[in-house]
Amino acid sequence: MPPTPQSVHTPSRPPSAVVEIDHLAKSYGATRAVVDVSLAVDDGEIFGILGPNGSGKTTTVECVSGLRRRDGGTVRVLGLDPLRDRAAIRSQVGVQLQEAELPAKLTVREALALYASFYPSPADWRELVDVLGLGPSLRTRFGSLSGGQQQRLSIALALVGNPRVAILDELTTGLDPAARRETWDLVERVRERGVTVLLVTHFMQEAERLCDRLAVIDAGRVVAVDTPAGLVDRLGTRQELRFRPSQPFDESLLARLDPVADVVRRGAELRVAGTGDVLGAVVSALARAGVVAEGLRVLQPDLDDAFLALVGGHDPLATPDPVTTTTTTQERP
Amino acid sequence: MTTPTLLPRPLDPARASSARVFGRLLGSEARLAWRSGAAVFWSAFLPLGGLVVLGAVPGTRAPQPGLGAASVLDTYLPILMMFSLCISVVTLMPPVLAGYREKGILRRLSTTPVSPGRLLGAQATIYAGLGVVVSVVLLVVGVVAYDVDAPARFLGFVLALALVGTAVTGLGVVVAALTPSGRAANAWSTLLFFPLMFFAGLWVPRASMPSGLRTVSDWTPLGAGVRAVQATVDGRWPPAPSLLVLVGWTVACTGVALRTFRWE
Repeated sequence: MPPTPQSVHTPSRPPSAVVEIDHLAKSYGATRAVVDVSLAVDDGEIFGILGPNGSGKTTTVECVSGLRRRDGGTVRVLGLDPLRDRAAIRSQVGVQLQEAELPAKLTVREALALYASFYPSPADWRELVDVLGLGPSLRTRFGSLSGGQQQRLSIALALVGNPRVAILDELTTGLDPAARRETWDLVERVRERGVTVLLVTHFMQEAERLCDRLAVIDAGRVVAVDTPAGLVDRLGTRQELRFRPSQPFDESLLARLDPVADVVRRGAELRVAGTGDVLGAVVSALARAGVVAEGLRVLQPDLDDAFLALVGGHDPLATPDPVTTTTTTQERP
Repeated sequence: MTTPTLLPRPLDPARASSARVFGRLLGSEARLAWRSGAAVFWSAFLPLGGLVVLGAVPGTRAPQPGLGAASVLDTYLPILMMFSLCISVVTLMPPVLAGYREKGILRRLSTTPVSPGRLLGAQATIYAGLGVVVSVVLLVVGVVAYDVDAPARFLGFVLALALVGTAVTGLGVVVAALTPSGRAANAWSTLLFFPLMFFAGLWVPRASMPSGLRTVSDWTPLGAGVRAVQATVDGRWPPAPSLLVLVGWTVACTGVALRTFRWE
């Protein structure tokens, strides 16, 4: 049975860190790409590294895969040091790089067979071809593949060595929405194979859809590690209702309700902000007054808002809670 | 399935299969070179065509006082060999290597257990091998069809050809190391081709060069190469200075390449 995140994290077997990064630092000349990054990725997780462009995401995973020499801190992958145990790391960590091509005239089949021959105990590449839907393109040359197919081949090459850990960097950048969704399905199938996935992304939707936990990185530092839901919860439970009342009524009726914090009128639209069960309280109060809420919408903070609050210093729903930067939340979705 | 422990899987000693991996890389790169088409055409047919044209012109087999009593064919055979080596290793190889770096192919390889250095080795083997094979074909055609003397010092001929091969391969790798893209490498290697072939005597054979020019030619890789190969055709051992110049170029180019070649 392929493990699910739930089965991996049963209390009988405590989670074990597959990737451990402790106070990682890396500079390029005077530019400090990574200032201080610490995080731990558990076995079988899809762990996201989220951050704005240039925040040090890619440099962090490059230090994990041993492509870059770190300046400070420690990195352990499967208990190994990526710099000292290069050979062992390279045969057990599969890497999908941002913008790495293959020779234009190499076919899909040739690329898979060649890369499989590099590893001591490779996966059956024919099976990968089935899982990734590359079957019809086996004889196609890399230069003739579509962007989505190239990306699939890139994922296949990251997995062909039968790795324990896969690092996927900006996997869906440049893909159309349909190809992006298909690629997300593929990543879930990769995890079902028992591979721990480290996913670098700046797409909120991608992180929300795929990741069990996320590290948000900004300017070379970790600003939060949490589940996607946990990050959203940090913004508080404040919601905003927007609707058009079917007839005029006394708006102070709503302002007097316990969960309601604020009532604002914008033209024909009424905006009611509050916490807790603000929706239930407002709707039943309106019903008692014989008013129907037309075009009712409920606005909740999402991961976008949480992300902007963490890295941009502002949040669109203006929650009073200060956002903390502690990095320990064991809660699971 | 995940294994409950975090211990790495027992590994085959990676070194044990390294010859097999190199063989696969070599096969793959040779197939890609074949598919690129132009490589084989330019390297193989141009110097061979030159030999056939020279052989068809009357009088090219007669000794010429201006060429130190050698015939035109005797003089040009080593030059055509240098031409084929130069085309394949200095003109064809660097754009491929620089392009591989530009496209991230070397970088992708460095995430696998196989070092990108092995890909470089496979490339050098293919293109230097192509130049050497064409050189040998030129020699065989010259000897069989045009009465050119076979090298009396065959071991000396092999040594000279091998040393020219390593020297120009080093030069080709240096071009790939110092240029940022396949396009730039293409421009630089084409620019380099003309002085290299000039000093090899393609336009003015070394025997007809003024002594100052010939001294400069002695110090260039292809000039030294022609000097060494010509000696073996004339029945002598390659002169030691020419071999030393070739070794010097090999060492210098290897040093520069090791310092400057980047995988990304």
